[in-house]
Amino acid sequence: MSVYAKPLSADIVSRTDNTMVLSMGPQHPSTHGVLQIVLEIDSENVVKADPEIGYLHTGIEKTAEGLFWTQAQTAIERMDYLAPESNSLCYALAVERLLGITDRIPPRAQVVRVLIAELTRIASHCVWLGTHGIDLGAISVFFYCFDLRENILDFQEAAGGARMHPNYVRIGGLNGDLPDGSLPRLDALIAKFPGRMRELRGLLQANPIFQDRTIDVGYLSPDDAIQYGVTGPSLRGSGVAYDVRRAYPYCGYETYDFDVPTRVEGDAYARFLVRLDEMEQSMRIVEQARRRLDTPGPVMIDDTKVALPPKETIALSMEALIHHFKVISEGFRVPPGDVYQSVEGPRGELGYYIVSNGDNRPYRVRTRPPSLYNLQALKCIAPGNLIADLVVMIGSLDPVFGEVDR
Amino acid sequence: MSVGPGQFMLARLDDVARWAQSSSVWPLTMGLACCAIEMMTVTSAEYDIARLGSEVFRSSPRQADLMIVSGRVAQKMGPVVKRLYDQMADPKWVISMGACASSGGMFDNYAVIQGVDTIIPVDVYVPGCPPTPDGLLYAVNLIQQQIRQGGRGGIVAKA
Repeated sequence: MSVYAKPLSADIVSRTDNTMVLSMGPQHPSTHGVLQIVLEIDSENVVKADPEIGYLHTGIEKTAEGLFWTQAQTAIERMDYLAPESNSLCYALAVERLLGITDRIPPRAQVVRVLIAELTRIASHCVWLGTHGIDLGAISVFFYCFDLRENILDFQEAAGGARMHPNYVRIGGLNGDLPDGSLPRLDALIAKFPGRMRELRGLLQANPIFQDRTIDVGYLSPDDAIQYGVTGPSLRGSGVAYDVRRAYPYCGYETYDFDVPTRVEGDAYARFLVRLDEMEQSMRIVEQARRRLDTPGPVMIDDTKVALPPKETIALSMEALIHHFKVISEGFRVPPGDVYQSVEGPRGELGYYIVSNGDNRPYRVRTRPPSLYNLQALKCIAPGNLIADLVVMIGSLDPVFGEVDR
Repeated sequence: MSVGPGQFMLARLDDVARWAQSSSVWPLTMGLACCAIEMMTVTSAEYDIARLGSEVFRSSPRQADLMIVSGRVAQKMGPVVKRLYDQMADPKWVISMGACASSGGMFDNYAVIQGVDTIIPVDVYVPGCPPTPDGLLYAVNLIQQQIRQGGRGGIVAKA
């Protein structure tokens, strides 16, 4: 332990009142990762909760600075590991803006991006719902959720080659078109979804134990939510209808028909309902994207300075061979400048502030991880509740520590 | 193989004990990063680690036999992992899951411990980023094999 173990601070040692300090985590089954919460408790009641983060600090932003623009995406996908494609989509959109090629991305690529982003949201909410259920003692819901998630991961694996970090969205478009057989697979998923959703709602929504544990627990007022910078379902559960897809559309979200579910109660149950509604809205978008996929087309920008030339041209064209060599061996250069781009990730507004100095590597990749801001709200909502309810509150904020600590 | 009334089986006590031990390897609930999600997935219906008797994830290191280091170990988390390992009762086994836990993976930087085997002994390494659940199941299989063959940490029954 030695160098890392901090001695107890003076104010803890010389405490004379009735409260005590309890450390929850970093290894705890219900903190959703490596979160430590330094709790000040008065018997069972939480007086103060201080999240201690950094147990998963990976230096992803720093690592990204040493990689080519395209390679950096591989590191960036590992931030929010429940929704890797949201990360890579946001990063790709930001770099495309710096390159000035946003308008030249093929429409089919944008449709598939929307499709993948929404499927990712459903998969991420599945993990949230499953673990939230386990935290509250409802084990079965976990199996239903992970079964649905498995179908989505299979689809991703077919498209991108990996279950969790497919790196499918690329700067300039996509890694490749959806493979043969994807669309029937997608249709099967769309057909399965409503029934599965009914089952999930049936397991929890009207369950009296679940309601007892979540209703009026962890109330977050709209003002506090805005003050803390909370976004996503946690903000919409407090009655603020802010959604990046609506406020600052990207990838043609303005052409899709969907609602932004909100609740005004602001408690854990409201956040639960908002996420369930969101899953259904995501599926609505997926269905619309599916209908647009019938028309074939290119999925990568036709610009060999950024994208690799088609494989079949390399053996025939000298220029294609040179471009291929250049893009692979030294990447591409991005004009100097900075840009902030945000997308609506499953947890809220996920943003990248990217600075380029004209090199073939990013100068700075600053992330705005929604989980970090949402987690801060724990300080605000925890006091006055029981320790047992803390688990509910953490679950209802849905933090992912890969992106909190980065 | 079934044993009817009036019949009996003979076996060495060692083998029976090891068989029992290898069929109830209980992992520690310790999720670190991306791999932790795949670690959860092995308990789901599709992969069902219960077939191997390892579905009982224990939250207390005192009750766990197997530590699955699922993900990158940050410098700040290293001492915690070490302490958890020390708190586990013997015999105990360790699976290093994924590239990050095994070698630091793609994060060759100031923040990540370059391989968890620099702080605790590792029995099985699982490659992948993250490994598939099948990969983790295979690793648990290997641990079971090790136990049955009386490998490291396995019980040694003395007459």
